[in-house]
Parts: sequence; C-alpha cells; structure tokens
Amino acid sequence: MAEPLVVIGNGMAATRFVEELAARALGRYAIAVVGEEPRIAYNRILLSSVLAREVAATEIELKPSQWWRDRGVTLLYGHATTAIDPQIRRVALANGATLPYSRLVLATGSQPIRLPVPGMDLKGVVTFRDLSDVTAISGLIRKGKKAVVIGGGLLGLEAAYGLAKFGARVSVVHLMDRLMERQLDARAAAMLKALLEAKGITVYLNAETSGILGKKRAEAVSLKDGRSIETDLVVVAVGIRPNIALARTAGIATNRGIVINDGMETNIAGIHAIGECAEHRGQCYGLVEPAYEQARVLARRLATGEETTYPGSVLATNLKVSGVNVFSAGDFLGAPGTEQIVLHDPGIATYKKLVIADGRLVGAVLFGDTADGLWYLDLIRSGKSVEAFRDEVIFGRAFSARAAA
Amino acid sequence: MNAPAQLPPAIRTTCPYCGVGCGVLAKPDGRGGAMIAGDPDHPANLGRLCSKGIALGDTLGLEGRLLYPMVRRGDDTLAQIDWSGALDYVAGNLLHIIARDGPDAVAFYLSGQLLTEDYYVANKLMKGFIGSANVDTNSRLCMASSVAGHRRAFGTDTVPGIYEDLDIADLIVLVGSNTAWCHPILFQRMMRNKETRGCKIVVIDPRRTATADGVDLFLPIAPGTDTALFSGLLAHLVNNDTLDRDYIDAHTTGFAEAITRARQIAPDIAATAAATGLAEADVAEFFAHFCTTVRTVTCFSQGVNQSAQGTDKVNAIINCHLATGRIGKPGAGPFSLTGQPNAMGGREVGGLANQLAAHMGFSRTEIDRVRRFWRAPRMAQREGLKAVQMFEAIEAGRIKALWVMATNPAVSLPRAGAMAEALRKLELFVVSENVMSNDTVNAGAHALLPAAAWGEKDGTVTNSERRISRQRSFLPLPGEAKPDWWIVTEVARRMGFAEAFSYQSVTDIFREHARLSTFENDGARDFDLGAFVDISGTAFETLNPVQWPARDVQPCETRFFAQGGFFTPDQKARFIASDNPALKDAVTESFPYRLNTGRARDQWHTMTRTGLSPRLGAHMPEPLVEIHPADAEAAGLDDGGFAKITTRYASCVLKVSINDGQRRGSLFAPIHWSNETSSAARIGDLVAPYIDPISGQPEAKATAASIAPVDFAMRGFALTRHPIKLPGNSWWARTAVTGGFGYLFATAETSTFWHEVAPQLFGPGAELAEYSDPSRDVYRVAAFVDGRLDGCIFVGPAAAAPQWDAVKALFEMETIETSGRQALLAGRAADGIVPAGPVVCVCFGVALATIREAIATQALVSVDDIGKALRAGTNCGSCVPELKRLLLQRTGDNERIANAV
Repeated sequence: MAEPLVVIGNGMAATRFVEELAARALGRYAIAVVGEEPRIAYNRILLSSVLAREVAATEIELKPSQWWRDRGVTLLYGHATTAIDPQIRRVALANGATLPYSRLVLATGSQPIRLPVPGMDLKGVVTFRDLSDVTAISGLIRKGKKAVVIGGGLLGLEAAYGLAKFGARVSVVHLMDRLMERQLDARAAAMLKALLEAKGITVYLNAETSGILGKKRAEAVSLKDGRSIETDLVVVAVGIRPNIALARTAGIATNRGIVINDGMETNIAGIHAIGECAEHRGQCYGLVEPAYEQARVLARRLATGEETTYPGSVLATNLKVSGVNVFSAGDFLGAPGTEQIVLHDPGIATYKKLVIADGRLVGAVLFGDTADGLWYLDLIRSGKSVEAFRDEVIFGRAFSARAAA
Repeated sequence: MNAPAQLPPAIRTTCPYCGVGCGVLAKPDGRGGAMIAGDPDHPANLGRLCSKGIALGDTLGLEGRLLYPMVRRGDDTLAQIDWSGALDYVAGNLLHIIARDGPDAVAFYLSGQLLTEDYYVANKLMKGFIGSANVDTNSRLCMASSVAGHRRAFGTDTVPGIYEDLDIADLIVLVGSNTAWCHPILFQRMMRNKETRGCKIVVIDPRRTATADGVDLFLPIAPGTDTALFSGLLAHLVNNDTLDRDYIDAHTTGFAEAITRARQIAPDIAATAAATGLAEADVAEFFAHFCTTVRTVTCFSQGVNQSAQGTDKVNAIINCHLATGRIGKPGAGPFSLTGQPNAMGGREVGGLANQLAAHMGFSRTEIDRVRRFWRAPRMAQREGLKAVQMFEAIEAGRIKALWVMATNPAVSLPRAGAMAEALRKLELFVVSENVMSNDTVNAGAHALLPAAAWGEKDGTVTNSERRISRQRSFLPLPGEAKPDWWIVTEVARRMGFAEAFSYQSVTDIFREHARLSTFENDGARDFDLGAFVDISGTAFETLNPVQWPARDVQPCETRFFAQGGFFTPDQKARFIASDNPALKDAVTESFPYRLNTGRARDQWHTMTRTGLSPRLGAHMPEPLVEIHPADAEAAGLDDGGFAKITTRYASCVLKVSINDGQRRGSLFAPIHWSNETSSAARIGDLVAPYIDPISGQPEAKATAASIAPVDFAMRGFALTRHPIKLPGNSWWARTAVTGGFGYLFATAETSTFWHEVAPQLFGPGAELAEYSDPSRDVYRVAAFVDGRLDGCIFVGPAAAAPQWDAVKALFEMETIETSGRQALLAGRAADGIVPAGPVVCVCFGVALATIREAIATQALVSVDDIGKALRAGTNCGSCVPELKRLLLQRTGDNERIANAV
C-alpha cells in the first residue's frame, strides 16, 4: 500500500522533488501535488521571456500533463491550502476537501515584497513573480509606453529586460549603489548597467522610492531625493518573502522561513520543507539551484530511507540576465585577506574575478563568458588547491588542464 | 588582362653590411619592397647570403625615415625646409665659420656605409677647397690599424691577397675575428675548404666564440697579447729555421731589428705561453702548424685592430708572413677582413684624416700633384684630426662645425655619452641621414639632410679583396631624399666651387676618381683604376665586379708582393719592431674586469637598419653581458638577471649571460644598442678613449670595468604598433617585431603601477583587456582598436617573467577571435599551446625548443640531420655553430645520464 505523500506548492522545487522521488521509488508513495496557481508547473526563470513575447506561456511548462499522469501524481493546481493538521496528518484545501498524508512536503515558495510607500495600490502598479503578473503587465503596457521597475535585483532586471524587449521605455530604480549586489561585484554590476543602458534602459542607482504618484493609476515614481520619473506602469520587484503563514499556523517552527534541519525535516515529524520557503542553517535561498539540491536530498531520503543530508549550498548564481550570462559563487566579493585574480575584457563584454584564499578558490564572479562557472563551483566546493594552475585558472578548464598536466 | 603584372627584373647590387661585399639580387615588388636573394654570379658569395643579408627585404620600409630636409629653429625644434634653403643654410654657415676661424674649425665625419663616389666628393671638398684634412670616418673605429700596418710594411694600404686564397689555403689562422658571425659567407668558404681539402683552422681569441666551434685549435689568448704571440712565432720561425731567406734578403728591410725585439718579447714557446696566458702545448701546436704549412692565410679583424697597439699587432702578423715569404701567393698571406661594406672604398678615395687622396699622403709632391689635378684653391697641408681626436677637439671647442654623414658617432665612439654632449657645443652640426631619429640626430643636429638609403643609392663599393662592385638603386628615392654625392656637390657649389663640382652623375665622379688614381702614377701607387678613366655611362651601369689594380694595360695581377715590388721608395717591405704588448686602461681593485665589445650575429652597427627586421631581432632581442661562470658566481650574478657594468667613463645595465666560452676576468657586451633601442645599454659610453699612436684607432675591447648585480623585482614585455616611452624607472630594450615594436623590460614598478599607466600608454581610443593577479604581482593588458590588437604589456615577478613568443604570433594577426583574446592574455597561442622559445635559425624561423625536441625525439646527431629534419641551418649557415652546440649539449646530457645510471 502506497503511503500518501502530499506536496504543497506546484513550483520548480516541487516538480524537481517529484521527479527525483519517482525516479527512485515509483509506486512507494501516492503523491498529490497541491498548487495555488491555476496552471501546471512552469519555469519561473523564463517569465521575462514570456513578457518579451519571445516564448508563449505554454512553452515554459516544466513537464507536460502526461508526465505527471505517468508518475501517478494527483495534480491539484488552482487549489489553495488553508490548513495543516499535524495531529491527524491532513491538509485542508480552500474548496473544503482534506487530504491525508503520511509525509508532507512544503514547497510553498515565496511572495514578492511590496513597498511600504504611498500609491502602491494604484492601478498600474504590479509585482513580477508569476504568470498572472505577466498577464497583468501585458494588459497594461503598450509598445513605446513607459515603465519603471523598482528593484535592480535579479527579478527586477528580468522584468526590465522583458519589458524593453517588448518595446517599452524602461527605467530601473534601485536602492543600492550597484545592480544585483547580492550576485555581482562593483565591476560586473557596472558592466551590466552599461549593457542595460545600451539596450535603452535607464538605470537610477542609490534611488529610494518615496511613493507612486497618480490620481487613479500610476503616473510617476517619486524618489526621496526629489526626482520623479514619469511612467505608465510600475513593476515592483524589491525582493521576496518566504510563504510561511500556513506552516506557522500549523505550529511548525518558522523564522524567516520554515526551519529545517540537514534532513529537510521541520520540527514536526513527517513534515518537510524545501525551496524558497525553507530556512536551512539560517539561510533562505532565493535561487533554483539550492531548491533542486534540497529536492534531491529529500527525495533520496524518502525513497530509500538513506541518511543523506544537505549541507547547505555554496551560493552560486548561474543564469542569463538581460541576455548576458552571469555567474557568481562563494565569496565573490573577496573578504579581507583573500587574493583576487581578474580578467576584464570590456570589448567582448567579459569579466571574470576569482577569489583565492590559502591557494584555494573560494569565490568567483563571471560576466559574459560563464562557460567555466560550474567548474569553478566544483573547485570552490571541493576546496582543492589551485596553486598548480593558478596562472591559468581564470582562463578556464582547458588552459588549466594543460598547465597542470 | 589576365596576364601577370610585369615586375621589373632583378637588379644586381651589393649587400650594405660587412666587408665581404656579397652580391645581391633585388627584385622590387612594386609596393616599395623587394625580394632579396644572393647573386650567384658574384665572386664574393656565389649566391649565398648570411642571415643579415637575407633579411634585407625586411628593412626597406619607410617607417622612421627622414624624408625631407629639416633645420633647427630658434625655439629649438626641427622644422621642414626646402632643399634650397637647407643647402644655403649649410653652405652659408660653413663659409662663415671658415672665414672667421679658419678651415680647421670645420670637420666632416664620414662612414664606411657611404659609396666611393660620395666619399670622393666629400674628401675633395674638405681637402682641396675648404683646405683642411679634418675628414675622418667611422672606419677609424674599425680597421685603421690595418691601414696603418699595411702602410708601414708595404708603403701603401694594400691587401695582398684575395678570397680565393681562403679556398686553397692549408692553414687559416683567425686572429681576433668572430668570422662565423661577422663574416659568415667567408667563414663558410673556410669551412668548406676544411671539409673538402682538410684545411686546418686555428682561432685566436680571448673568448670562445661560435667561430671556435669545430676548428682544429682554439687559443684563448689573454687580451692584448697578440703581439707577444706573433713575436714568439717570429722567434720560433728563426729558431726553427723556417725562413724564406731569399725573400727576406731581396724584398725586405728591418728583419734584424724585428727579430731582436721579438726575442725580447717572447724568445721561445715557453715564454710565448707565459706572455699570452696560453698552454705551452697549444702554442707549440700552433707554431708547428705555421712552420709546416706554406699555404697559410692569417685573417685578422677587430680583435687586432681595435687596440691601442693595433698597428703593432698587424705588423707582428705581417712580419711572420714576410719572414716566410708567404705573401701574395696562392693560399698564403696576411688578410685583413674589413668590417664595413665600403671601408675599402673610403681608403681608396683617401677619406681619412691621415691620407690625402687615392692612396697618396701629405708629402709636398703628393699635395701638389693632387692640387693640380683638382685645380684646388686651398689644399690641406697636413694630416687632419682622426675620429677620437676630432671629437675631442669638438669637446674642447676648437672645431665649431661638423658634418656627419651616414654614421652614428653618438653611439659608436669611445665615451659616446660625453661625445654626444660635446656635439651640443657645435655652432653648426649637420647630419646627412636616413632616419628621423637616432642618438646622433638627437644630440642636437642643426640641419638634417635626407640621404638616399641602400636600395635607392647608386655607385660603387669595394670589398675586403679589393673588388669594386656596383651598388645599384632598385627603389625610387622616397620623399625628398637625395644621394649623398648630390648633397655634398650642391653645398660645394653654394660655397663657390661650382666648376670643380659640376658632376651631373655618379659616373662623372667615378671617372674622375679613376683618373686621379692614374694621374702621374708611374706604378709607384698600387691603387690604379686606369681601365675606367673614360668609362661610359652605359658601361658603368653594367659594370661587373672587378678587382683593382685595374690598369689600362691588361691583364693586371690579382695578388700583390709575391715577387716583392712594395710601394716604398726602395720597393722593399719593412719588418716592424713591435712595442712590448700592454693594455692602456689599468685594471684595478675597483675595475677588476676587462670589458670586450663586439657584434652579435644578426645585428649590424647601431641597428638603424637591422633593427627594422623582426627576424633579425629574434636572435638576441636584449643587450647581454657575457661572463664566465666562476666570475658570475664571485660577483653574485645569475644567468638572465641584470648587471651594472661600470668603467671610469660611464655605466650600463645589461642582461647577464653566463657563458663558459668567456674568459675569466673578461666581460663581453655587444655594441649595437643605443638610446633609441635601450634604456641603459649604449656600450660606447663605457669605452676608454685610448688610441693607437699610429692609426688613431681606439682600444674598444679592453676597458677596465666592474660588474655588480642589479635587482629588478619585475620583468615584462610590451608589443606596440609605434614606439612608446616606457614609464617609471624601467630598464628596457626595443626590438622589431612583425607589425610593430617589441620591448623587453625590467622594472621595480609593481603590477598596480602598470595597471594605472596602461590607459595613458595606449591612448583614449583603445579598448583595454586586462588580466591581473596583484598578490602575485602579475598584470597583463591588451589594447584593441577597432578589433585589432594595438598593443599589449605583460608584467610579472622576475622569477616568473612573462614570455612573449605566443603573444607575438597573435600580435601579427589582423584580427583576433574572441577565444584568441583570452589566449592572448593567458600568454598562449590561440590553441593554448606553450610556445617554442627563441628563434635559432632565422632563415626558416626554427625555434630552440623545436630543435631540442627534434634532437631528442628523432635521434639527430649532426647538423646535416637537423637540416634534413627541420631545414634549420641549410640556408645561410649562420646558426650552424649554435646547432652544433645544441647537439653537444644533448650528448653531454646523455653522458651525464649514462654516468648517473
């Protein structure tokens, strides 16, 4: 008799978890996936491409329906979960139904943060998090119209890029002195800014939003320094917050996220959390790679009972932002006492910085050419000495292999 | 329409480098360049060329050429001026200074690079019309001692033998001559003789050069003791009774005095060995070879000439040939190998301060004869100042006007730095030049006159075997450049001597030169071009290489003195009693070394021409100082490190090359680098000004010196499209690379400094790609302009100096792929392969690592094997000695391995 396993959340972490579990123990669990979004799981990273009309919404689905059916998964999308009762091991859905579980996996993701400034409720102010946001934006914007994206992080830039590709006149308003400060160092951020500007996007740095102006709909974004930027649309992408309300109500320990141990377990037996909603060793990850690692660890544990653990992720960003490849990992800023190797070729829009400590690679940021990003990540994770090929390491694996040979 | 474009036929001309005087075929490519090949019909080289000759085509570009006259203005800048204005300026100022201070206040300093006709008109203007003999030439630094030795012994400056003697001799003695590098084509003739006929070769040199590789006997003589060796030999010839008594009696005088002096200096083999620092057995072997070999040629070069006793050395050698009657006979005689392409032509013209003209001196009869021939208004009445004295007179303010033609005395003179300063005292300083900038031009020239360069100029040169060859033009005169004879003639006309300088062509001058050689020449003068006194323009145009004497009565003898007939009043040769050998500059505790100077294989003089060739620059891109391993250890020097060499006159900083061929206590440095091509390697600055009392030639090879390590934390290189000024207190040397200039440098400035200065070095239009590892002090920058690599700078710590071979290859490419840009900054070839190191065979571009690998992997054991496998060494042969050394190293390695097992 298959054990009932319920996954709350129908995003990228949930999908990867089901995939890993089904690959190892198809049939051991009767899996139900409950998702609030009214559609099959899709690749959130490609939202900007949908916005840019480069791909259709259906094209970004992670797996076709048949795939879910083939694995015997009960897919309940469009259903909000209202409560968890750990005592009787059931979850309650908004439509009144309840689902029993022997194992519960929380993959509830996160939600966009809204700014605590006046005007956020005006028409024409949207967030950028899911396909419904994309639909909303698409309905509000026309070619040649103006859009302001508040937030120069990864998500905001994705939105800005999508809007610009679509044909809007886009400005990005960012609180910090550089874009994507959590993933890029100053020089990479400057190159990114130049690249965005070359695409017609105006970037405001050190710009704190004081409010959205407009009578019925957003007409301008005003900044604390007194400037104001006229616009037809405001996209707020200032960060995300883990979705923890459901868990907290159920008495599951939460902090910023749902607190889990190295086995992806919450404080309540049989309840696990993965992905953006989870907080592991004090860390909430906002990227897909840690979510996938967590999904894999949990799937292995549940499939075979093996005591594999998740040690946390070396933070790595490896993605395409605004059409350019960006990679960063580890201590990419370089703490005091570390050494830095830099390769900078703005003519081909390439920048690489490696951070070395005690002869080992501890951080990297790559802009443009990221082909060796994963190799650097391996080096960072393994802690292997790079002394033998230090002079070549920044030129990539091929050069280094010859040097070390 | 589809027919191939008709290119002009190949022009027969002559190489502008050494005194071998090789025939060259030049085929213009119609784009300002030319294909260069050896002339198979020229008797000097029979089609062969050395590495320098082969690369002549690389040196024809107009980058850096002086293309129009320039005159210094009141604001101290040089401004373009038309020819008429420039000539008036020179003539007017000369006249003014002569009128005020007399003719001896002016001087001409000429060059063995000038053609005979250029020399002739300059000499005539000064000695017959200005009225001074202050005409000297860079030949003074080169072979003046040979001239003086010849004149003392023979009565004239006569080279008795011919090149064919080198093919048929049974013993060739090379004294003070790195023939393998400096006269490669002759050296190959000698080696062929050795291989085919078994000729023995003895090399006498304080240092073991490439010439000593594979010869029968090498005598590492103590510096300055050549006279002792040849005095010992003369004594031995007497002791051994290997004399030609009949010849001595019939054709010579002074034998008794000479032998008495020789016996005082070195009476026997043991004394000779003691005096020369040689092993007795080696001395004995050399003497035995000499005694038993009738067909003996003794060749000598700068090691003999560049000495304060150079004339005595020459005569000590000639004494031995006179004593054995081995002179002017097939395969036998003393043989001066001249350094320059037309030093001999200059000597024939008399373009030296201690000659008048056409092998005549300053006797009343001769002065009067030349006066009548020239119809000269103001004949020079006595010898003028020889090079070193001439520049000392400038320093002292006695000479107020100087006209330098085709030479770079601010680099080549002893105490060059002080001489360059002295030039600033001149009231009138005229330079006829090919280049816009060199150390002499930059010493404050008031007028720059653009002269025709090799390939453009037209006339004759004479080589070491008295063979006159045509140098023909095969390229148009660029800009407003003019032949030197034209420039001198035009100045002479403006000075009021239009009638005597009415030449319309170079043929007119050659005819007059020939006529002067025959004028009242009753056979008392060796130099006679009677056959050419009426030569037509067409005949001159097609003139084949011809040896003098070329009297109007044919045939003429090709060798001199086999039957006596010397050009002394009694027609007898003179034995000369030499002075005791001693070097002038004293070695002391503070200056414990002897600094020897000389040439590198692939460079020539001050590199104004060879320095343009990337191929030639590859062999030795940096100025080196060679030192014996034991001395290096004592002085704390590392191979590849830097050393400061100091003499009583100046200091240089050179890269250290530890070489066990170097004699203990002796340093060797090349003469080629100037302030144009290096920061601190102008070796002339260090050379003592001591001169030979007879020839006036300076002792350029024995200045007392000290050496000490210089530490530069950082090493680097730069490749640029145009010359740059390296910032900071950096040591640097510049060389030509394909597509631009290469700088090798050493510096105390850190990587951060270079990062900061890079934007200024490459200018605002450049896009910089950078690699930096500051904690390792590594910084590399490449500048791109419109996708093309405009230049790059690589710096790193001395222990891990960046290598430029791969980067140079990328620098040559028009555009670089994205992947190539990373390879570039990695210092790798586009395919990431580590490069093959310095080029050994320049002709075929074969690199050191390639040769080493082939020797190891293909079991190559001979130079022939290497040639078959890689073609290296099969063309000019200049690298054959190095190939042999590589083979020996390999053998040595194998032996060490065998011993270790």
